[in-house]
Order: sequence, then structure tokens, then C-alpha cells
Amino acid sequence: MALTNETIKDRLIAKFGEQLSHFEEPYGLLTFEAPRDLNLKVMQFLFDDQELRFQFLTDLTAVHYPDQQGRELAVVYHLHNLTDNIRLRFKVFTPSEKPDVFTATQLYSSANWMERETYDFYGVNFVGHPNLKRILNVDEMEYFPMRKEFPLEDQTRIDKDDAMFGR
Amino acid sequence: MSTEHHIKLPEGSIEKSTTTLNLGPTHPATHGVFQNILELDGERIVSAEQTVGYIHRAFEKLAERRPLYQITTLTDRLNYCSSPINNMGWHLTCEKLLGVKTPKRVDYMRVIIMELARISDHLICSSVVGVDSGAFTGFLYVMQYRELIYEIYEEVCGSRLTTNMGRIGGFERNFTAAAWEKLERFMAEYPAVLKEFENLFSRNRIFMERTIGAGPISAERALNYGFTGPNLRAAGVDYDVRVHSPYSSYEDFEFDIPVGSTGDCYDRFLVRNGEMWQSLRIIEQAYRKIQDMKGAEADVYHADAPEYYLPSKSDVYTKMEALIWHFKIVMGETDIPPGEVYQAVEGGNGELGFYLISDGGRTPYRLHFRRPCFIYYQAYSELTKGAMLSDAIIVMSSLNLIAGEMDA
Repeated sequence: MALTNETIKDRLIAKFGEQLSHFEEPYGLLTFEAPRDLNLKVMQFLFDDQELRFQFLTDLTAVHYPDQQGRELAVVYHLHNLTDNIRLRFKVFTPSEKPDVFTATQLYSSANWMERETYDFYGVNFVGHPNLKRILNVDEMEYFPMRKEFPLEDQTRIDKDDAMFGR
Repeated sequence: MSTEHHIKLPEGSIEKSTTTLNLGPTHPATHGVFQNILELDGERIVSAEQTVGYIHRAFEKLAERRPLYQITTLTDRLNYCSSPINNMGWHLTCEKLLGVKTPKRVDYMRVIIMELARISDHLICSSVVGVDSGAFTGFLYVMQYRELIYEIYEEVCGSRLTTNMGRIGGFERNFTAAAWEKLERFMAEYPAVLKEFENLFSRNRIFMERTIGAGPISAERALNYGFTGPNLRAAGVDYDVRVHSPYSSYEDFEFDIPVGSTGDCYDRFLVRNGEMWQSLRIIEQAYRKIQDMKGAEADVYHADAPEYYLPSKSDVYTKMEALIWHFKIVMGETDIPPGEVYQAVEGGNGELGFYLISDGGRTPYRLHFRRPCFIYYQAYSELTKGAMLSDAIIVMSSLNLIAGEMDA
């Protein structure tokens, strides 16, 4: 019997019950939300289970929703079961005041730099990460540029002359 | 009156016995801007620390300010050696979000362009591995055919390197007669060139001794590091997005996936050469399929999606609906459905993914590029542990690290 989104959802609910929520399938990809503290447990379950075997971390990123109080930053994981060729996506939401999320580097080595990039852009603090420092931006940057409150241009630059740039 | 200056040396730098070598961002052997700080014990590498981000251009932030059709120019500059693949991947993502279905001829034209881009990317990588082991002739010889591929791009879209090719729903114009003629010339002349390039390297004693055993990786470690593309296939896992999640009618084509065993530089080189042969096969099949099309479907080059595909200027100046559609598309009044979509294509380096979240506005709410180079470059320190310095250079070039894709 081939693995389907229904089976995956049933197994997940059987294991974690009411804690997982917002199951939906946009464009055919099973998506759900897990509580912040369970992200590693969910990934470990998906990795170890003999039927589910989600053993490839395709992508790890974050999204900022400034309007959702207490749930501003969403860390999104895309996992892939290569043998049965099924993907899934799950999100964990965390408040922006104290965005602590457990690191996935013990399970997936590829999460190392992806979490550094997420920290660099959004300020998500990955608890237990071996080397959580900025990766793409300069080390001296004091803010998290991808958050919605920061405009596209760097407001701290003093060398650009507005008159010459047509503003 | 002299003041005392105290030089602060890093901890343990007097006592340590290893040399720190900065394979700095500007270096003729690092093809792109990325830095490696190597700790060497004589000639052997003890550890390597990578720094990336020298060419970070904030694409993800820029994309939040641009309507969908303006983001194509950002995607060009990801893996700039095979920019048509990035463009097509982005258009496929938009078409998935918007529900636009492309006709077969458009799919086959896209396949031809994407496979040409893949040949172009693998040519650079394979010949540069040759250059790093000392053989410059192979590189210059195949550049002539890379030049022909650039001329084909120029006929199709006007640019050579950062192509901005195609539109949501298809192409901006049909392939011209000159484009077909150049493609036919390529299909006729290139196989002999690739054969000669392979003869120069594949069984060459010096090349084999340099690359066999340099930077091997096992399949389990490669999967754990998120490897995809030729590097993963060289380690023995036959994962190819074109076969696993076919897009743009790839299921209509017959091709093999070359797979290696040890994942070292020699396997990566052979896998890339094998893929170039398979790409040629696909191009020939696609060319045949397009030439066999008759009647109305033989002239189609875009989908029938007036909400997203700009109408032709002659229609805009004469017909009312075309004028309205043109206005709506350019001013951003068309309906973009809210939702989130992840679309992956097989880029030159592996699974290039686009994660697009739309909130219904004219620009994306969030766009994230899953960049294969960025993800697998992390493994470089593990690949080069205990290797010699010259192996480190060969490993770096055989991984096909493109700085544009690493940093985005």
C-alpha cells in the first residue's frame, strides 16, 4: 500500500494527538503546525518510523508575521521521503521576543548553515546550535533584516546622497 | 617619545604547530567569491572553516517588493552558469500558484533550453576541474561550444549570461529560424567535441591519480548533508528531480541517470559528463517532437492565460480587452491567489527549490530559494579533512560551487 498524505496524517495524530494542528494540503503538499517544543520530536519520529522514513531535510527557513501576537516567527521545515517520493512541510511558531527553537543539527547536518541563515535573517535563536553566528550578512550587523519592520534599504548608511539618488 | 604598542595575537598562536592559510575570497582557484580558512599541518588539512556571503544581494528581501514577473531577473543571478534553469523554475512556481497550464510545445521548448543550460553548467565545472589539475586546453576547447549555447540564448531572449528568459506561461517570442539553425549546428557538432574532451581526461593517468580518492563522501553522509544533484548521484543515490517530480513534461522523455559509487572527484566528473550525454539525448528527442508538430499547435509559444501573459502590442493598440489586460498586468491589478507553494527543479547543482508564500497582493509575502550550493558547501570541511592542499582545490572545483547560488 503506497504511502499517502492520509496515512502520514493518521500516524502523526496517533503519535502526537491534539498537539499537531492546521493540517492542510496546499497544492498537494501535506502541511501542519507543531508546537515549538516538539519540533525535534516530530522530526525524529518522522525520521525513525519504518513506514514514514522522512530522512531528507530539503529546506529550513522562517517567515515573519508581525500581526500575529505571540506567534510572529514561523520556522518552516520541508522534509522529503526519497524512497516513497513524498514531501511534507511543517511549521513551528515562536514569539519574536524570545524566539528559541531547538536546533535540528544533531539529526540533519544540513540544518547547520540553514539555521545560521535563518538566525541571520530573522533572529531565531536555535538552542544547541554549535556555531550560531551570522552567515551571509556582516558580523557587525545589529538587526535582523528580513523582518517586516526593516525597510529594503539600509537606513544606517550615511554615504548615499539623496539628492543624487533622485529622492 | 614612543608609545607602547601591544600586538594582540589570537589565543595559542605562538604555541600551535599548524599553519593557518587563508584561501581568501579573491583567489584564482576559488571560482567565485568565498573564503576558506584552512589549518594545515604541513601539507595536510586539519580543519577548514568556510565564510560565504561576499556576494549576498538580499534577493529574498528584494523579492518582497517586486511583482512576480520582475523576480525572474533576480533568479537569473542565482546559478549564473545555467540561468535559464533558474528562470524556468521560477515560472513553473508561479504557474503552480496561479494554476496556469502550459501547452506541450512550450514544455518542450523549455526542456531544450534547460538541457542546454545544464550542458553549459557541467561544461564549466568539468573543464575547470581540468584547469585546477593543470590542463587548460580542455577548458578553452569546450568554451567554443559554450559560446554557441550563448548564441542560442541570444537568439531566444536577447541576453547571453543572465537571460531573463521566458514569461509566466511560456516564452516572449517563438524561437526564430536562426535559433533553430544554431541548435541544429550544436546537435551536429557537439557530440564529437564532448567525445574529444572525454578522451583527454577520462582515462588520463595524471587526471585519474589527482581525482580518484579526493574528497569522497558516502551516500548516508551526503543525504544527511542535504546533497542533491550530480554530487549526490556521484555518491550513489539516484535522486533526480526530473524523474521523481517531473515538471515541464519531462515524463515524456527517455533518459538515464548516471550514478557513481564513491562520491570522489573522479566520480563527480564522470557523472557530469554522463549527464551531458543524457542532456544531448533529451535535446534531440525534444527537437524531434517539436519538428513533428503540425498545424496550429506548431506555432504556439505561450499558454492562453491573458491574466498573466502580456498580450502582443498590436493587440494592445487595437483591441479593448487586450488593452485592459495589459493595464491590469502592469499595474498589478490581476488576482494572485493567496497560498503557499514549493516547486523544485533539477538545477545544474541539484534541487533548486522555490518556496513562495502569497498573501493575495501583487508581490510575494515571502520568497525563499532553496539553493543546493549553499547547502552542500557545509560538507567541505568533512570532505577535505586529512587531505592535501591540492586535493582541497580539486574538491572545491569539482563540487561546482557557484557563488551566486550560495549567497543569493
